[in-house]
Amino acid sequence: MPDTKHSRLRRWGATTVAAVLGATTLAACGSEDAKDSQAESGPASLTYWTWAPGMDKVVDLWNKGPGKEQQITVTVKKQASGDTLVTKILTAHKAHKAPDLVQAEYQTLPTLVSNDALADISGDVDGAKSKFADGVWQQTTLGSDAVYAIPQDIGPMMFYYREDLFKKYGLTVPTTWEQFAETARALKKKAPDKALTTFSANDSGLFAGLAQQAGAKWWTTSGDKWKVGIDDAATRKVADFWGGLVKEGVIDNQPMYQPAWNKALNTGKQIAWVSAVWAPGTLTTAAPDTKGKWAMAPLPQWSDSDDVTGSWGGSSTAVTTDSKHRAAAAKFAAWLNTDPKAVAAMAKEGGIYPASTSAQLSDAFTQPPAFFSNQPDFYTKASQIAKTTAPSAWGPNVNVAYTSFNDAFGAAAKNKSDFGAALTRMQDTTVADLKKQGFGVAQ
Amino acid sequence: MSSLAVRKAAPAAGTTPGTAQGPPLRRRIALVPTLTLLLGALYCLLPVAWVVIASTKSGRELFSTFTFLPGTGFTQNLRDLDAYRDGIYWKWMGNSALYAGLGALLSTAVSALSGYGLAIYRFRGRETVFGVLMAGVLMPPVILAIPQYLLLAKADLTDSYASVLLPLVLSPYGIYLARIYATAAVPGDVVEAGRMDGASEWRIFTRVALPMMVPGLVTVFLFQFVAVWNNFLLPYIMLSDDEKFPITLGLFTLLEQGSNTPALYTLVITGAMLAVIPLIALFLIIQRFWSLDLLSGAVKS
Repeated sequence: MPDTKHSRLRRWGATTVAAVLGATTLAACGSEDAKDSQAESGPASLTYWTWAPGMDKVVDLWNKGPGKEQQITVTVKKQASGDTLVTKILTAHKAHKAPDLVQAEYQTLPTLVSNDALADISGDVDGAKSKFADGVWQQTTLGSDAVYAIPQDIGPMMFYYREDLFKKYGLTVPTTWEQFAETARALKKKAPDKALTTFSANDSGLFAGLAQQAGAKWWTTSGDKWKVGIDDAATRKVADFWGGLVKEGVIDNQPMYQPAWNKALNTGKQIAWVSAVWAPGTLTTAAPDTKGKWAMAPLPQWSDSDDVTGSWGGSSTAVTTDSKHRAAAAKFAAWLNTDPKAVAAMAKEGGIYPASTSAQLSDAFTQPPAFFSNQPDFYTKASQIAKTTAPSAWGPNVNVAYTSFNDAFGAAAKNKSDFGAALTRMQDTTVADLKKQGFGVAQ
Repeated sequence: MSSLAVRKAAPAAGTTPGTAQGPPLRRRIALVPTLTLLLGALYCLLPVAWVVIASTKSGRELFSTFTFLPGTGFTQNLRDLDAYRDGIYWKWMGNSALYAGLGALLSTAVSALSGYGLAIYRFRGRETVFGVLMAGVLMPPVILAIPQYLLLAKADLTDSYASVLLPLVLSPYGIYLARIYATAAVPGDVVEAGRMDGASEWRIFTRVALPMMVPGLVTVFLFQFVAVWNNFLLPYIMLSDDEKFPITLGLFTLLEQGSNTPALYTLVITGAMLAVIPLIALFLIIQRFWSLDLLSGAVKS
């Protein structure tokens, strides 16, 4: 990481960890990375922190197959997902004890890279790039020549709706957001006790994905400065659109994943959900009585000529700078996410939707998810939608922006007040935090 | 001579006037405290009731039926929990028992020794040592978890059973409690008498002082046991191998499985319910030791 941007990132990293962990003394422990001089020959034993269920079984395939030939053994250590895992990785990294491999959500990569926790594996993963859509791959390079991770799973966004209830109320599936608003109004007129969907302020990933679809770029760099575009025109359009619907009262304003939300989906009080490819799993537990009654369609577009979606969720496999066998670890990461057998096993055991484009059409995805047995072409459609994913632009303090979103939009949704003001607050908080961490911020 | 006996007598004397006033007044006064206590009990017990009832619900019933209506899935939940990754839940339960049991035992032993030492011996810097310990009491263990991790990482001890046990051994609060208790329960005269009879300091401690300190130490043990059983951050930072996880961490991994896998709510709830049982059992069993309090206070002066 030669350029000034990254050295700034690194300095920011040291202070952040200290702040996050509440122990300022940590800043003194600089991380001297042992540069790529490791001896790569001989047997390697690697540890892998991951949260995907059943990953131990997938890794068994490696340990008994290619891993055995190359004398590279991988041990899975199952972790809990989320921001806490990032903190844990950074803490371990401070002690030079991070595992060789980690699973990391895309939006956490800049944070991990700025703390110098992830190794550049561009030299060890030739040919991997071609297996992924450009928009997906770009997230692991952070716009540089380096490669900090191999994409594992993705969450292209889609529109889910109750097929039976749409028919009952004579609604058509909206293809534009304008139609989406009309559909919400039409439903409210026909069945005042129902709502098309809800605007939920408890998962920032949803809003980030919607903004991404509209063309927002929340974090960009210009020269050696960060530029934060959270209140850019695209995001403002999205915020105003949803804020308008909430204010009008045609959609609900209750958060997702709460018992009340589960109930609303299960009883058909809410008849649609803007979600991502993993929605069938969530619906299975949230609305068990509605099996076979849902259908999936592409996300509504901002104009008729568009064909683009955002992404919500998804993660990658990264090699840490603490690994003594970086090339071996990179080899495993590439195998895990591109080998047809490995990806099929991950899909079967862990229920993931693979980032690898060829895997999306493999045997594992010929059948629709059990909850969507009424839509046989579910995964064919999903892979087409995945191709239209807009590129994302994550920065080093996504967690701050997300927390600010929860606060500002949570209040705005509850009070049905101006979403634009909430967006301004989110922008200001994020910029202020970047400045506080010692970054140059371009206006 | 026994200050404990005096202290015990004092509150009793304080309540006598109230008792002497006769039953009607007493009943009227007791109404407000009773109601407050009942409210408190309700506040504490409602979540427990929720967990117990929710653990009987199947995944389908969990969010769709009335909250306090028992479900039909209890045995299935137990079976699922038992089957989850070849019964790793029981492994976590065993780990929790090890961390909490051994950890509390070790820390009680250290607390007893240091508390006794601080209470009985007069040496230079005694109050300084005690002052530092008091500062330790005020320091939340959460703040210490990261430095402890970095320290143990230097010794190459992270991700081991020792990494969770070692930081628990020294409990400032336990030592503080043991000192206060030893001051009150172990009369200096008794120690003096032991010395006159030619007993070694170790013998006085083990044979004379320790039995007197038992009720206090039981309290220290229970406090530590519960604290370790419920501890989250320390093992979270220290451990990466989920075969060594205690229950708190294990259940957390069941909840946070990533966005594409739904949280295993029924398993977590059933697991949490089962995890409370050992604590309740422990309290019921150890309760009897507290009654010793009265006996040990009765030292003749």
